Amino acid sequence: MFTGPQIVSLLTELGITHVVTIPDSTLGQWEDDIRAAAAISYLGVCREGEAWAVAAGLYLGGARPLVMIQCTGLFESGDSLRNALFDYQLPLFAMIGYRSFLSQATLPGDTCLAFTEPVLDAWGLDWVLYDRPEDLPGQLEAIAGQYHRCQEAGVPGVALVAEGRA
Amino acid sequence: MATGNDTTSSGMPLVESLQVLRDTRGDDEVVLTVMGTAREWMALGDLHPLDWIYVPSSMGQAPSLGLGMALAQPGKNVVVCNGDGCLLMNLGSLVTITQQAPKNLTLIIFDNGIYEITGGQPTPAIDDDGSRVDYPGLARAAGFQQVHVFDDLVSWQAAARDLIDADGPTFIHLSISPVPGASGPRSPSKAPPRAHAFAKSFRAD
Repeated sequence: MFTGPQIVSLLTELGITHVVTIPDSTLGQWEDDIRAAAAISYLGVCREGEAWAVAAGLYLGGARPLVMIQCTGLFESGDSLRNALFDYQLPLFAMIGYRSFLSQATLPGDTCLAFTEPVLDAWGLDWVLYDRPEDLPGQLEAIAGQYHRCQEAGVPGVALVAEGRA
Repeated sequence: MATGNDTTSSGMPLVESLQVLRDTRGDDEVVLTVMGTAREWMALGDLHPLDWIYVPSSMGQAPSLGLGMALAQPGKNVVVCNGDGCLLMNLGSLVTITQQAPKNLTLIIFDNGIYEITGGQPTPAIDDDGSRVDYPGLARAAGFQQVHVFDDLVSWQAAARDLIDADGPTFIHLSISPVPGASGPRSPSKAPPRAHAFAKSFRAD
């Protein structure tokens, strides 16, 4: 939905210092631009549970990390998320790719569609779905607004970014 | 593979091996402990503002947490005290660490071969014939250039300071004797205020 330059512009505006990530076929398209961004460090991990813990360490040290993973990684990384966001109440922010959301009409049956939103609700996270590719500027502004709102409130947040082709 | 709880491990005592670290630890260095190391670290005396008692924890994530700390504050050493069972839960972290290669990160594996606080069950890394997974070999294969192995306190004590000061990331393997009947660690206080206080100290110049 977004391009690499758009994402880099957004993250730069937000003051993100580190993107802690495992790519998928959508998020991975942004990798070269994120790596090229002077003010952002690209930090690839091997499993999504690591991402929350690395981001927690970065936050404790004064950095402004962003966790960027697919929704399947959200499912995988529950215990690490629980520990960082709830045991220690760290206000980490994540951008999570919502696999197949924009392909529901042509490629139905991906169980990510059944579980992603209920899992986010179960965690009680402040999450917002961004699924309007026809309004890219507005979507980017909305993510920025959500990020600032979560940071000011001192709570974690998730920007759920629709993936797939409409 | 091993099936009983009678796995024994020769090695140095956990408490004394941690005391070595406590004796040499610098005032601006983070020491991150988890599970058994957290329990004994707290029992050894007052806590330092840069002690991160990782209790409650997400088992396996201590090296990843320490990596984030080390990258955020490259001027401060971060020493992670991890168990062998914990490492098995997050072997990929070895690769993530060497990919980032923070010079200020030391990862110490306290290897007793068992899940100590759950009753002493052997980890899957121990075979029936007593053979064990080669953790230092795993670290080397993952890209660690600095890998050091200690089976006795005297050698560990002699080397500890220099190894923490050396450019890392550094992997240290300590052979540790199990603590029979050991219990799990308790959080020394509520976790969120501890995190806040730690962050304030850690971010300070």
